Amino acid sequence: MITLLKNGRIYDPAHQKNGVIEDIYIHNGRIIAKPADTKKISQTFDLSGKVVMAGAIDMHSHIGGGKINIARMMLPEYQEKQRQEIKNLSEPEAHICTPHCSHHATPSTTDTGFRYIEMGYTAAFEPAISPVNARQAHMEMGDTPMIDKGGYAMLGNDDYFLRMLAAKKDQKAINDYVAWILHATQAIGIKVVNPGGINAFKFNQRRLDLDENNVHYQVTPREILQSLSRAVHDLGIAKPLHVHCNNLGAAGNFATTLDTMSASSGLPMHLTHIQFHSYGTEGDKKFSSAAAQIAEAINKNKHITTDVGQILFGQTVTASGDSMMQHLNAKHANPKKSVIMDIECDAGCGVLPFKYRDQNYVNALQWAIGLELFLSVEDPWRIFLTTDHPNGAPFTSYPHLIRLLMDKSFRNEAFAKLNLDAQAMSNLTSLDREYSLYEIAIMTRAGAGKLIGLHDRGHLGIGAAADITVYTDQADREAMFSKPDYVFKNGDLAVKDGRVVKVVWGVTHTAKPAFDIGVEKDLKEYFDRYQTMQMDNFKISDDEISSDGRGQVVAHQNDNQ
Amino acid sequence: MKNSNLEDVPISITCPACGLLCDDVSLSTNPALSMQNGCTKGIRFFERALATPASATPLLAGKPASLEDAIIAAARILSKSRQPLFAGLGTEVQGMRAVVSLAEKTNATLDHMHSEGTVNNTRTMQNSGWLTTTLSEIKNRADLILAIGTDITGSHPRFFEKLAWNTDQLFSKPTPELIFLGAPAETAKANVAPDGKAPTLIPAATSQLPEVINALNALLSGKKLNADHIAGIAPETLTELVEKLKAAKYAVVVWSAGALKIPHAELTIQSIVQLVSKLNESTRAAGLPLNSGDGDSSVNNVSTWLSGYPTRSRYRNGIPEYDTYHFSTQKQLDSCDAVMWISTFNPHEVPKTQTPAIVIGHPDTQCGHAPDVFIPTGIPGVDHTGLMFRMDSSITLPLKKVRDSGLPSLNEVMAKIEAQLLSETTA
Repeated sequence: MITLLKNGRIYDPAHQKNGVIEDIYIHNGRIIAKPADTKKISQTFDLSGKVVMAGAIDMHSHIGGGKINIARMMLPEYQEKQRQEIKNLSEPEAHICTPHCSHHATPSTTDTGFRYIEMGYTAAFEPAISPVNARQAHMEMGDTPMIDKGGYAMLGNDDYFLRMLAAKKDQKAINDYVAWILHATQAIGIKVVNPGGINAFKFNQRRLDLDENNVHYQVTPREILQSLSRAVHDLGIAKPLHVHCNNLGAAGNFATTLDTMSASSGLPMHLTHIQFHSYGTEGDKKFSSAAAQIAEAINKNKHITTDVGQILFGQTVTASGDSMMQHLNAKHANPKKSVIMDIECDAGCGVLPFKYRDQNYVNALQWAIGLELFLSVEDPWRIFLTTDHPNGAPFTSYPHLIRLLMDKSFRNEAFAKLNLDAQAMSNLTSLDREYSLYEIAIMTRAGAGKLIGLHDRGHLGIGAAADITVYTDQADREAMFSKPDYVFKNGDLAVKDGRVVKVVWGVTHTAKPAFDIGVEKDLKEYFDRYQTMQMDNFKISDDEISSDGRGQVVAHQNDNQ
Repeated sequence: MKNSNLEDVPISITCPACGLLCDDVSLSTNPALSMQNGCTKGIRFFERALATPASATPLLAGKPASLEDAIIAAARILSKSRQPLFAGLGTEVQGMRAVVSLAEKTNATLDHMHSEGTVNNTRTMQNSGWLTTTLSEIKNRADLILAIGTDITGSHPRFFEKLAWNTDQLFSKPTPELIFLGAPAETAKANVAPDGKAPTLIPAATSQLPEVINALNALLSGKKLNADHIAGIAPETLTELVEKLKAAKYAVVVWSAGALKIPHAELTIQSIVQLVSKLNESTRAAGLPLNSGDGDSSVNNVSTWLSGYPTRSRYRNGIPEYDTYHFSTQKQLDSCDAVMWISTFNPHEVPKTQTPAIVIGHPDTQCGHAPDVFIPTGIPGVDHTGLMFRMDSSITLPLKKVRDSGLPSLNEVMAKIEAQLLSETTA
């Protein structure tokens, strides 16, 4: 059965297609070349005048695993509130809502899948899987319909790695451990959160700078970043080391962020939710935007990629592996409650509800800093559109964020509603840039697919999976991106007029680089002596993900091997 | 039929008998049932499980019936019910996934058999949050364990053996000092370390625990206690305890919501959480709530990611609702029009009800009077595989199958009932 999408206006940056009118043919879930005239076309969609992009990919969104389930559990009031807000369409500060903007920070797994695909997203990646908790993350993602999933496993605060580093084990041994973790946790990338800091908090250190020693292991965050970025590079996996820098949220942390860029000695690194790491100490309130310095450094350092972690006003919850900084910030929680955990000599977590208010100086400036970064980083292939869901805002705010990027007058109108002191500290209105549809397609499709190493997603080339989103071109970009006309998932029409019409199940993307299985000898001894679970039970088999008949593991080949 | 897969070799298993979920255990049945690294609770669990008749058949009003007929009868009860109660919920992840799916289709209320205690933890976490830890952190870091209102080993027998008295730990810390506050004296006293060090016992009535903990909080905040005693305890004893907590590098405060059978249990837990929070202003400390068993951690986690809510929840037209007061089994038994009792790990007593009743679970389940439908199911970790949350919720472990019984799993039964309901509504 062949489906024809006729006369669409194609935005496919992976193939430099910027609004060309073309036909797309789909067969068996894949995009195929124009078939012979004798082949029967079973179904035709006339897309004249419509905008066609690949399904969007969220490369950083907390969609599953322990801390997000803690967030759900501790905030039952959100579920109730969501229903009321949908009913009333109330308008939280400086945010113009559409009926599809649910502001829901803690959706159930089903809602997560539905809300994503209803916006034209066909994949999302959980960026903070603590290895011991990976099974739960995959169970939750396994119950998330409609989209493809994947995750980044957190290392760099785990005792096993820090001991290796302290013992000056050679890079090959580190590489084998990192590869083993990727296999065991069914992840596609490696993340490090507050390198060494989560671990240091367990030894009662309250802050950790880039060149400061963890008191127990006597290793610095810089050494951790060097070792892990080298491992990721040597193993040849596509996704660069995903880095949540030290000193999240602290005034003056931009200096740490700038220093961090040099920590990998030129090897690729991705600095995530950089908005939360771009703060200066200027002005009366000793809190200022350092977006210009950060953007300039990103423009110069071609080995660095980033995503923004934009905040948007309203109620949300921050769920992070960074127990050190979340514990420090717990006093700012709104409502005032926090769950902090030390986890298995492996990781930590901190969950704090947050309400970002446009009349709050810091929040208003955070909003402006995120947008300054978006507009000042020149290369859309190296910056990605995220709100660090749900930490900066729920992912359902993306259409609103896209409008802020594409529509200068809309952006300036919102800016004019902000806390006046914050306005005085931002150069946002002097930034005239408006993102084009092509650039949005890079940030949310082609760039994200390339970054993670999904060869057959994020583009519309022959052989690609038929994950395709069709929009009506509208001047109101928020309305446009809130409600696609059609979304195809692996060739199935899954969404029509912004509503799910067919429930489908995506795959789990992983990377499985080769490694020396001899690494398990020492690991087994470590588990037997120091852990409270067996090494064999730590490892997640492909069967666990596929045995329910819905999930499937896809292992992406690495380029360098 | 074989009674086990064990043949002659012991197999390593995960033991679902308590929230520690020990997976360093191996089981053999030749010549008799034995467990390496087992505990009394684990051995009792497997003895009872392996003694159940794998040939158990469903019963309709006490009379043997086929599984198919039992499914039809159960579906009929649910299709006639406007407000069914799914209680017990003794199951693991896979079973709970299927239970939630059926609840969504039948407008059911969901409550776990141990929620009377568990909701006090959940509500505390929803009220103020908390700072908690996990088992491997305790094993490697704890230098002081304060158990409040529980002897710990009664519900989690290998707790100290695995987490306190182990010789292997990462950070060269001393063996933790054990202090029991308001715990059952006889059993608490028995927790003597291998080096002969006895635990410290501070007796207090459970109902007076809030008074004691709040006094600790006051002392921790630098206040003086102007009293001769607090709940019968000398102020010096409490001052000494506070000093120990402050001096500890990683104190762990353990409580059991299930053991706090007092009206002000929630306030007690809030005070404990506050104590831990205050300690963390200067040193490191963490809480550890003990779970109550029968898959409570699994059930609450699964319910939360599928519906957004932990249990005591219900569905109305597919939309989940949450109310820890109104959706209790006790309250719902008065107002529901059908009950489905589920308990797959243990043959707990089935609550009495006047409504049509479906009982699903452990083959040994004893019902006061014959329910309309009884469907025996396999025991997770014995008759079929499963996935289960440990008490600290950070770890989920696979349960193994140890015998071929042919008993259906709970999720198979749930799925069949759901399919039957669907075929009736579309027929």
